[in-house]
Formats: sequence, C-alpha cells, structure tokens
Amino acid sequence: MKSLDHLRETMRRDRVFDFMMPRIAFDPDLDTRHGPILYLEDVTVSFDGFKALNGLTLYIDDGELRCIIGANGAGKTTMMDVITGKTRPDSGSVYFGQRIDLLRRSETDIAQGGIGRKFQKPTVFESHSVYENLELAMASNKDVWPTLFARLSGAERDRIDEVLQTIGLGAESRRPAGLLSHGQKQWLEIGMLLMQNPRVLLVDEPVAGMTGQEAERTAELLTSLAGEHSVVVVEHDMEFVRSIARKVTVLHEGSVLAEGSMTEVQSDTRVIEVYLGE
Amino acid sequence: MARSSAQYFIRYPAGAGTNPWLRLLGLLLLLVTACNPLQAQDFSTAVQTLDTKSFSAKEEAISALVETGGDRTLTVLQAMLEGNLHSRNEDGLVVILDDRGGERRIYDAAQGNDLGTVGARETRKIGINNSLRTALRGAIARLNLGSPDATVRLAAVQAMFSELEPRLKPLLQEALAREEDGKVRDLLTTAIAISDLENDDTALQLEAIEILDDSILPEARNRLAVLAEQADSPRLREAAHQALKNIEFRLQLYALAETIFFGMSLGSVLLLAAIGLAITFGVMGVINMAHGELIMLGAYTTYLVQLAMPNHLEWSMLVAVPAAFLVSGAFGVAIERSVIRFLYGRPLETLLATFGISLILQQLVRSAISAQNVTVANPGWMSGSLEINAVLSITYNRLYIVIFALLVFVALLAILKKTTLGLQVRAVAQNRPMARAMGIRSEWVDAMTFGLGSGIAGVAGVALSQITNVGPNMGQAYIIDSFMVVVFGGVANLWGTLVGAFTLGIANKFLEPYSGAVLAKILILVFIILFIQKRPRGLFPQKGRMAEN
Amino acid sequence: MLLTRFMHSDRGGSILLGLLLLAAILVPLLNLAVPESSPLHLPTYTVTLMGKYLCYALLALALDLVWGYCGILSLGHGAFFALGGYAMGMHLMRQVGDRGVYGNPELPDFMVFLNWQELPWYWYGFDMFWFAVLMVLLIPGLLAFVFGWFAFRSRVTGVYLSIMTQALTFALMLAFFRNEMGFGGNNGLTDFKDILGFSLQADSTRIGLFLASVIALAGGYLACRFIVNSKFGRVIVAIRDAETRTRFVGYQVERYKLWLFVFSAVLAGIAGALYVPQVGIINPGEFAPLNSIELAIWVAVGGRGTLYGAAAGALLVNYAKTYLTAAMPEVWLFALGALFVLVTILLPKGIIGLLQRRREGSA
Repeated sequence: MKSLDHLRETMRRDRVFDFMMPRIAFDPDLDTRHGPILYLEDVTVSFDGFKALNGLTLYIDDGELRCIIGANGAGKTTMMDVITGKTRPDSGSVYFGQRIDLLRRSETDIAQGGIGRKFQKPTVFESHSVYENLELAMASNKDVWPTLFARLSGAERDRIDEVLQTIGLGAESRRPAGLLSHGQKQWLEIGMLLMQNPRVLLVDEPVAGMTGQEAERTAELLTSLAGEHSVVVVEHDMEFVRSIARKVTVLHEGSVLAEGSMTEVQSDTRVIEVYLGE
Repeated sequence: MARSSAQYFIRYPAGAGTNPWLRLLGLLLLLVTACNPLQAQDFSTAVQTLDTKSFSAKEEAISALVETGGDRTLTVLQAMLEGNLHSRNEDGLVVILDDRGGERRIYDAAQGNDLGTVGARETRKIGINNSLRTALRGAIARLNLGSPDATVRLAAVQAMFSELEPRLKPLLQEALAREEDGKVRDLLTTAIAISDLENDDTALQLEAIEILDDSILPEARNRLAVLAEQADSPRLREAAHQALKNIEFRLQLYALAETIFFGMSLGSVLLLAAIGLAITFGVMGVINMAHGELIMLGAYTTYLVQLAMPNHLEWSMLVAVPAAFLVSGAFGVAIERSVIRFLYGRPLETLLATFGISLILQQLVRSAISAQNVTVANPGWMSGSLEINAVLSITYNRLYIVIFALLVFVALLAILKKTTLGLQVRAVAQNRPMARAMGIRSEWVDAMTFGLGSGIAGVAGVALSQITNVGPNMGQAYIIDSFMVVVFGGVANLWGTLVGAFTLGIANKFLEPYSGAVLAKILILVFIILFIQKRPRGLFPQKGRMAEN
Repeated sequence: MLLTRFMHSDRGGSILLGLLLLAAILVPLLNLAVPESSPLHLPTYTVTLMGKYLCYALLALALDLVWGYCGILSLGHGAFFALGGYAMGMHLMRQVGDRGVYGNPELPDFMVFLNWQELPWYWYGFDMFWFAVLMVLLIPGLLAFVFGWFAFRSRVTGVYLSIMTQALTFALMLAFFRNEMGFGGNNGLTDFKDILGFSLQADSTRIGLFLASVIALAGGYLACRFIVNSKFGRVIVAIRDAETRTRFVGYQVERYKLWLFVFSAVLAGIAGALYVPQVGIINPGEFAPLNSIELAIWVAVGGRGTLYGAAAGALLVNYAKTYLTAAMPEVWLFALGALFVLVTILLPKGIIGLLQRRREGSA
C-alpha cells in the first residue's frame, strides 16, 4: 500500500518529478504568492509513545518575525528539527513555499535551499578561525570539486568583512573559534547564518548567555533582518521576546495553544493557565 | 529350516581340507571325548565342522551351531568374526587364539580350556568372506536377542537390519513377544515391518509400508526406495513412494532441528562473548578491544584450576566459573583504573589503548605459560551426547553451554534490574552529572561496571575452553564477532544482544552447508553492513531525542 | 616558485621533503657508486628496507588524511594496501611467464599445482603493466567507494565505522586465504622475476624502486597538503569537529567523506603496489586486522593531523620493530602494546605535538 501511495504521489500531474526539481538554490523560484513561506500542517512526531509534536499546524509568512514560546517539552526544538530535516515526522506535511516538500529533502538540501538554523547550544567549528567559520558558511557552490579548488573572490572577502563588522568580531577574525566566549560564539553563529543568506532563519535561544547589552544588539539585528528574511525565534527570555515580538505563537504539548500579539497572548486565559500564570 | 547336525557330520569328510589325515585325527579325538554328555558332544562336533574350506559349508555350519544352543556359541562366533578362530595344525582342533599381551595363547573353542602358547605356524586361521561376515553378524545378533541386557538386545536388532528378510520374521516375532523394553519393541516392530517388505503378500507389504511410514532408519528408507522402483503392483509402488516422501520430510525436519541446535550452540557462544561487551560498550560507551583477551584469561583460569585439582575433574567447572569471573573481573577493574578512565569521551583513543592492552595480555600468557595451545579436559558429565533418535543427537557440552549462556544472561539481567549496582549503572549511563549530583560515586560505578563486563568475559572463557582450543590467540577470534552481535542487536539493550547472538548464530549455520564456513562468515559480515544501512541503531534501538546525540 | 610558496609555513613538510631529496641523491650514490669494501657502502638489503619504510610512510599518510583531518579512524586501510599489492603481485606473477617451477607459460605456479586448466577471467589483462597500474588505483578505490557509500550514507561514524572497517579487512583476509579465490591462498603470490624487464634481484632495480617510493611519498605528501590547505580541507576538519553543524551549513557531508575516503584508499593502494616488488611477496596476512590497527599507532605516535608526523611515526615505529623483533622478539609485542597505551594517554598529539610544545615553551 505504501509503495502504491508513493507511486500515486510521484505521478501527480500538478507536480514536477522530484528528481527533476533543481537540487540547490530553489530559492529564486520559491512560490510565496499566497503569503506564507513555511507551511506545517498536522505534523506529529512521537518518541517511544511520547508525542513531541501533536498535530501541529503553523504558517510562517514571508518576511515575518515570529517568536515561539512554550514550556520545556512543548515541542519547540522538535519543530525546528522537523523543518530542517533532522527529524522525520510520523505524519503531516511540511512545505517550503507552495511547491517544495521539505520532508523529501536532506538536511543539506534544506540548508542550501535557504533555511538557516542557529542551534540552542552554540556550535561553531572550534579549530577554525572566526574568519574561516564565516568562509565555510558562505553561500556558494558547496559541491566537492568546486570546494577543492575554491578561491575567495574580492566580493566574497568584502562580504565576510562586512559580516565581521556586523557581529562585532573584526578584531577576533584570526582567533580559533574555540577560544571565544559564550556570547561571542552566539554572535559568530548568527554571523554564519547571515553568510548563508537564507530566506528563513530559525534561531533557537539566541540570547542565552548574553549580557543585557548584547541581547539588545541581537534584538536590533534580528528586527533589521525581518522583511528581507523570515525570522523564527524560539526564546525563553520573555523580556527579549517582548522587545522584538510582533506575532507570538505559544506551543503547548506539541500543538499551538495560542497565536497573536504579545498582549493578546498574555491575556489569553489558557496561556495564563498553562504557562504564564504559575 | 531346521536341519539336524547329523547331516553336517555326514557331509563333513566330503568337504575335507588340505590335510585329510589331520582331520581324521580330529575325528578320532571327538570320538575320544564321547564320554561327555550328548549335547556337549553335539556342540563340539558342530564347532569342529566350522573348519572347512567351502564358504557355503561354513555358513551352514554356523546355522547348525546356533541350533545347538551351546553356552559358548556366542564366544565362538564372535571369535570367528574377529578372525581369531584357528585350527591347530597338529590335530585339526578348532581353537580360539588370543594374541593380546604379546604371546599367542590358544583355547579349545568348544570347551574353553587353556591349551598353552603356540608359534605362528602352528595354527591356521579359519577364513571368512563378506557374506559369511554378514551371516555371522546375523547369527550373533539372533543370539543376543535373548540377552538379559536391554542395550545388548537393542544392538542385536540393529545389527540384524542389513540382512532382514521374511525368513527371519518368526524369530523377530518371537523376540517381540518376549520383549518388555519399549525401545527394543519399537525397533523390533520396525524390523518385522522391514522383513515383511520382501514378502510376496501385497497386503502384508502394504501394512509394512504403513508401519514404516514414520520410521527414519536408513535401512527402511533404502528398502522402500527399492520397492518404490521395482515393486510389481502399482499400488505398492505408490504407497512406498508416499511413505518415502513422508520419511524424507521427517528427515528434513530433523536436519532442520539439528541445524537450529548447532546455530543456537554457536549463538550461545556469541552471546557469552558479546554480553560482557554489551555492558562495557552499551552502558559505558567504551570499546574494549581487550575483551577477547579477558575471555582468553577465563579459559586459562579453567586450565589452571584443573592443574590445581587433577583428582577432582568433575568439580573443576564449579570452581572455574567463579575463579574466572574474579580473575577477568580483577583484570578489567585494573584496566579501567589504569587506562580507560583517562580516556572517557575519546572512544577512538580508548579503542587503540585497549588494543594495546590486548597485545600485552597475549604476550603475557605466551611468556608466562606457553605460546602453544593448552589442553583443557572435559569433565565426564560434559562429554558424550544425548541421542534423541537415530539421526538426531546432541552433544552434552554444547547443550550445557546453551543452558549456561541463558543462565548468565538471566543473572546479568537480574543484576541490572534488581540490584543497587544495576540501578546506579543505569543512572550513570543515562545522565552522568545528574547521577553524580544524586550522590552516586560514578567512578566507583564505572570500575564496577567494567569489572562486571570483564568478569562475564572470563565466565565465557570457561565455557569456550570446553569446545575450542585454548591458546594465547583465542580471544581475537571472538572480538569482531562479538562487536557484530552488539551492533546488530542494538547498543545498550541486553535483549538485543540475546536476539542478535542467536540470529547470527543460526543464520551462520544455515548458510554454512551452501557456502562453506568461511564464506558464511563473509556473507554475515556483508549482511550486517547492509543491515545497518536500514537500521543504524540495530534491532532494538534506543529511541527519542537522547539517542540523536 | 609555486612550490616554495606552497610550502611556506609548513616547516615539518619542508624538512620531510628535504630529507627525501637527500635520500634520493645519497642512497643511489652510496649503494651503486661506493665500492662494497668501503665502510660508507650502503648494502642493498638496507636500501630495500628503507624503500619498505617509505611505503609504510605513504600508507600512514593516507590514514592520517582520513583520521587526523576528518575523524574517520579506518581500521581497514591495510586492506586497501594489500589490494594494491595484490594487483601489482598479479602483474609480476604474469611476468614470470614460463620461468616458473612448472614452466607453464600461461598459468602461475600455484594454479598449475591446484590443477587449474585455464586462467580465471579476473586475471586477464594483468600481463600489461598499464592495466595493472590502473587496477592498483581502481580496485582499492572501488572498494572504498562501495563500502564508504554504504557506511557514510547510513551515518555510521566513530567507533562503529572503525569496527566495520576492521570487519571488512577481516572478511577479505578470510576470503584471500581460500585457494578457490585464485590468489594463491595461504602462500599468496611470490617468486617474482622482473618488473618492466628489469630483474628484481639487480641492485639497480632496487634503487629504481626506492626512488619510485621516494617520488610517491613526496607526491603523496604534496597532494595531501594541497587538499588540507584548500577550502575542502577546511570542510573536512569542520566535519571532524561538528558533523551535524556542517550538514546544516549546507555541505553534503557524505560526499566529502566518501571522496576523501576513496582518495585515501587509492594512496594506500599505491603504497601497497610499491611495497610488493620490494619485499617480493604478498599474502593474505597483509589483510590481518593487526596490521591495520598497527598502522593507526604509527600515525598516533607521529602525531595525527600533521601529515609529516604520520610519515615520521611510520618510519620510527617500523625501525623500532625491525630492531626489536630481531634483538628481543618476546619484547616486541609488550613494547607495541605499551606504545598503544602510552601514546593515547600521554601523547595525544604524538611526538610532533611534544616537539611543538617544547618549542613553544622555550620561545
């Protein structure tokens, strides 16, 4: 039955065969005419019977800045894992634009296709210098042979320098990334995200371990990115969320509990009950 | 059928041998002993008639001898079968030669009197040929049918199988009527049925076929095959064919059972070898390449225990199991304390360091004991085999190892599930910092876990010493297989190890007849490489977000 | 010059190449030009031994590339080495022609001995040198490709991969021990006569093979250095340090690993092909898991992730092995075992790391 379904899916007349879809840079053709850039519909993920996501339906609009909050275990990180291809859901569909089925793409394809992710725990390439970290993240042809003979062009050097300025690590560019402070690593990771130049940025707890001032700069940066990019921020720090949020989604036990502006959400009785009211 | 011995007596001179004078002398001698009771005289005469040149005459003489029912008939016939029945040159007396112990001593065949030693040229062997050999075996078997010992009777029936024919049926039926032992009765029934197969009565033959339908004896099969080909009646051919098919099926079933048992036996060896590894690798994430050498140490402990108590071999296993556990366990703890604890979180380095330890342990055994294999004895209760039926028998040592492996498995499961140590081990395996915060001495738990895994390797060595060669290199043979089992079964799951070990063991034994032992091994390796394509975390994976990292 | 610019800031590499150049000049001189009576004369036995060490160094280089830079500890590199060796051995075997014991112009001696009537199909073509060379590159590369494709695709990493590669070489060893495989079974391939028409017994041929090994090691070193200095090199180090992260940056980790693994296997194959004519024999023992794991310790002793360290480690450990197995055979396994333990615990960066620390300490 499964293969029959698969065949039927493959032979659908309104869609190009998967193997004929352009593998990288599906960014330019991205069809967002209906508004949303990310569609998650009825997504369920279970681990050993525990439902990390339970029929989650969520739409992210093109150019939007969205904050996602929720208690521990509400499914925030699992949601990001599903979007980036790290975890395959048991059921449901995830589309990027209207045509690209993310469930059939590898992590690499998704990353190259324009969805960048910053992890909860900052992970940078510790034995590489800050500069090299940015170089590696840079949007370019990432196939094996071109990479083997790659040389940085003048424009690319300028772009790296520009990002170095943005994240304030210009002076550290030759230092191994492993020697940076926690906050600097967070910034470097955001810098790497910028170098990828994605359509959608998934940012998991960007201000953890940052001072108030650093957090403020991060808020500024993320706000400035919205518009050109879609930004999805998962954060625990309510102060930070309040400072950047236009639209907030509250997750609870793997599905959406409430959605709206910060004030709307804060006055929602169910949200107060399960999350804020304690 | 019965013929009087007088007939033979009269025919005797006609079949005279090379030296008629001597034979005449023999006759005279017989006449001299005429004072003996009549039966004894008959017996002596019958024995004497065995010494003739014609094989057919000898065959008739054998039948006659059986008819006399003398006490020494069996002895004489057996001596004849073994080629020890001679005729003395000087007087033609039939004697039994005993040349054990360096000298050629002869005994009067009919009486059993010691007649002293003779030279090699003073007697002449009474020759036998193949058909005579068959006749002798049959005659001996018939005599044995009357033995008071059930095993002798069983052997006697078995010995008669090759010469069964309708002529023997009354004899067998008579034996069946007397018989009380169930096993002998079964065999006799089969034997009667086989002898009925060559009867001319189709109804009787059909009945026999029905009885033989559930026999698996090769003789029954052969006869049925002949019948299926050559019988005149198509009905008979059809019935024989059907019975043969049933027998084939049953034989295949037993062959299957045997393969499965061999597979389980290999599987239990794999289980014993892998289960200690499943603890150190699965629970602690430590690759211990010296695991095979800890098994080897266990086997050598068995060897030393046997050296220390040479007069109590039967009990040596009971001592060796705990001793091996302690020896290997102590080595394990020492390895953990001196090397592995510096390498937590660096699995590849651990692999290399423990490999170095394995080299040191091998060389240690080579230097301290010997580079050669040593012999570990099987205690009496572990040798021999359990015969389930004619085609299926199970050696006791393999049977005990299967049981032993399962016992070890259950014991380990109990330790992990029911004891405080088990609880602490599982806690440390899941979350080290948290366990430490709860007051668990994680370093102590590490050492104990490693000691436990190593001790079990030692116990595995005791079991292995009973079925393979014990030498300094024996550990290496098991390390790759054990890892395959753990990888296949899934890390951190003892049940996975159990299923994995038995699956691989049985699969190996099923492949062997088709591909040979070496190729079977290679195929299994290829299979596992392909298997982890589909299930990278083995048969019983850990699930959830924790497993992702 | 391109080379000097390329080697700039690679001091260890420069020293290695310098030493190789020196050896390439001195060894032929001391062996061929200096008369045998002179104390400066270098016996051919030593030349061959040195050539053998150079092949080991090339093999160590191949392993360092995957282990030191990409974190793939292959315990099956001995298999690629042996396969390259077998490909060369098959060519040398065909070159024997009718000079074998049985004088069969077509079949190698062991096949005549086993009563084989004709050459198995997979021996075709090996009478041509170019074909054999092609196979030296292709067979290890192909095996690495197939194995790597399966292993990397299913994300087998770390110790799992190590064990799998060990199982691979173990399986190959079992297979090559079989007479039916047609590779000489237990005894392997031996009794070679000549290579490209030059007698393998001649001193000048030995020198030629030595020089070929020098060139192969130098070339291998430069190729590896080029790879690790490129952006590709930075990607594989990124994979070593944070594989998942690399994937989310958009690199197809599997392809990078596969490419690197295949390249490394080909290097190992070349090392094996140069090794066989110098030692004069190839047998299934070369597939033994012990060989491959010993190779890992050469790299660890020298210092992984430096390339020249791996080469230095190979030379050092093998010299010690030659010396110890001759002088005190029982001690060798103890020494090797202790080396495994001590290097991993005390010298995680090997001798090169120790030297660097010392230099930094004094500066």
